[in-house]
Amino acid sequence: MTHKLLTGNAAAAWGARMAEADYIPAFPITPQSEIIETLGAWVDNGELESRMVTLESEHSMITAAGAAAATGVRVFSATSSQGLLYAMEMLYTVAGWRAPFVLVNVSRGLASPITLESDHNDIMAARDCGFLQIHCANCQEVFDGVLMAYRLGEDPRVRLPVLVNLDGFYLSFTREPVFLPTVETVRQFLPPFDAENIRFTASAPESQAVAVLGGGPYSYFRYQSHLAALNGIAVYDEIAEKFSEVFGRQLDAVEAYRTEDAEIVFFMVGSFATKARDAVDRLREAGQNVGLVRPRLLRPYPAEKLKALLKGVQGIAVIDQNISMGKGGVLHSELASALYDQPDAPVLASFIGGLGGRDISAEEFYQMVADTHKAVAEKTTPQPRLLYTENELREIRKLQAIAKVEREETSAHSLSVKQNPPVSRKESHE
Amino acid sequence: MYRIRFHGRGGQGIKMASRILGTALFRSGFTVQDAPKYGAERRGAPIFAYVRASQQAINERGIIQHPDLVIVADDTLVAVPAAAVLQGISNRTIVLINSHQPPEVWQDRLNIKANILTLPADKDIQDRAELPFIGATCAGAAAAVLGIIGRDKLRQSIKEELASLSPTIVQKNCDNALQAFDALAKHSGLVTEGQPLSAIDFVPPEWTLLPFEEARISAPNIHASDTSVEVKTGLWRTMRPIIDYDHCNKCWWVCSTFCPDSAINVQDGIPVIDYDHCKGCLVCVGVCPPHAIEATPEHLAQQQEKEESTTGNTDDS
Repeated sequence: MTHKLLTGNAAAAWGARMAEADYIPAFPITPQSEIIETLGAWVDNGELESRMVTLESEHSMITAAGAAAATGVRVFSATSSQGLLYAMEMLYTVAGWRAPFVLVNVSRGLASPITLESDHNDIMAARDCGFLQIHCANCQEVFDGVLMAYRLGEDPRVRLPVLVNLDGFYLSFTREPVFLPTVETVRQFLPPFDAENIRFTASAPESQAVAVLGGGPYSYFRYQSHLAALNGIAVYDEIAEKFSEVFGRQLDAVEAYRTEDAEIVFFMVGSFATKARDAVDRLREAGQNVGLVRPRLLRPYPAEKLKALLKGVQGIAVIDQNISMGKGGVLHSELASALYDQPDAPVLASFIGGLGGRDISAEEFYQMVADTHKAVAEKTTPQPRLLYTENELREIRKLQAIAKVEREETSAHSLSVKQNPPVSRKESHE
Repeated sequence: MYRIRFHGRGGQGIKMASRILGTALFRSGFTVQDAPKYGAERRGAPIFAYVRASQQAINERGIIQHPDLVIVADDTLVAVPAAAVLQGISNRTIVLINSHQPPEVWQDRLNIKANILTLPADKDIQDRAELPFIGATCAGAAAAVLGIIGRDKLRQSIKEELASLSPTIVQKNCDNALQAFDALAKHSGLVTEGQPLSAIDFVPPEWTLLPFEEARISAPNIHASDTSVEVKTGLWRTMRPIIDYDHCNKCWWVCSTFCPDSAINVQDGIPVIDYDHCKGCLVCVGVCPPHAIEATPEHLAQQQEKEESTTGNTDDS
């Protein structure tokens, strides 16, 4: 075992390498490219015995990944943001093939306007496609998450592809100490892929998809995918226990940090949850009973676990780094639906922020707790808060002023040219 | 926790500086987090990188709001708002600027309470803008003022992080970094660990309710205008391409066509570089068939310009 500084991207690549992925279809996109560059360098120098193929788009990449998985080999791929969306048609399609593989998504906000920085609208857009989802909070979890994802997806009770999500920049380009086990230790946890009836034999073609279906038969296959995904909760628990035996790290489906006697908890996914952990420590030092609940597993949705963990909590500050236009935060509405039938359900305060890499400061975490306390005391559900400061508004006003002044000047100029065509001095005197 | 922020320009090795320092701290027994932060990757554009080091697990991440140490590799960035060099600086922050001006001048100019040092304090290091090596130099300087990293750990870390480069380059980086380390050794331990932000007496965020605004105002819109002309991207340049007209074939199209910024204009069949907008990517240097375009470090070119303007001598005279 080695302990070294790795970026989240490098940790993802190490996950694929240690899982001994056979086939890696690839297409570059910021902030993911370092993953495939790292794998490419290893394939090139012989450290990784995999077939790596660069495709002409993410749509083709996911098609190739699904097709390869349907031959019974272990497949790894990675993308981000616009790439994940470009592949969306095939995400749904290959998930229906029930051929498991692991896809890493490096979260980045979606256009328009365009950004390179992180938020969760990309991964949330893929929440209904049939891929399971594991969300990581640090670089170690990225490595661990890839190994967990293979066992989860390849389990005969599940057999679905799995997305492992890490935040762009905040994890992708951030180095942290990561424990890397030996490949022999990894094999104790992750045996070779038993593809059961998934296979490819030359001159004996088999298809993972059937022709056009409607109504009942169509529903049967869709429901089966859903039931398999739901199985993923119990299977995940088993695998997490095995993981802890082999590697000594606990990767519960839901992280509960200092929740024992918590009155208020933060609820969120991804790397900003470590900032929330810090806020919990500081708020506890200030005498407040605050905790953090963070699903690692978002699909399948661990509703029963959340109900149990949040029992007795008075208020929840739900932090969504995504926005469903015209509705609000996705995590908020899903949690509300999970807790709806609970007696004495806690007050849910919705906070939307951290879009396009926008930081969430320690002060903001503290204030969210203060606001949630207030909502609990007043027994009201507050309006969702779009995290935005006076200073940010001043910044945009400055940019608008520049744009406006400039626009008015140029349009005034073109207008004046139209209305008052240039005339010679002589003519003007006439 | 130690919170360290490096500021520089794309191409100056700022990410590498953070990695060298991060590795050196990790090798010295600290838990470390290091990362670069930049937009669309562009040579010469402001970037920063940061390092956190602690004896405990690090839960903070992202932008360092309250740095203990700020290292500025390129002093032209201090005046660039987008670089945010002075963001979150307090009276206990150490600011280390790579500059030909002494600390007193910076203290006077900026009127900030931070403790300002310049790199190098030692006159022996002549060419402070020796660009390919400035990242490692800054890492060496940072290691010195932190006072928690030994010389050997610094050397090993440079070798580890630059392993893919040639031994000559690695050696040069090592020499420069260690020279900076020694030059600033008298300030060893000047930087102290910052405390986490208390939840007891914090200043609440100035949240605002974002009002609805009509689409004609709030829709993102790039409208055709002269703004790209107004922005003097030539300020980003660290290397200046200079056309030697004695060797230029006056072919009129190669350099001007390949210039990714349309910063070479052809006037009467002669290519002329628009230095207000040339970012110094040096594509023209690479493509010029008769090798008539030379790359000169920007600070030398400016120095030369200054001398020529005072003496009245130019190449043409």
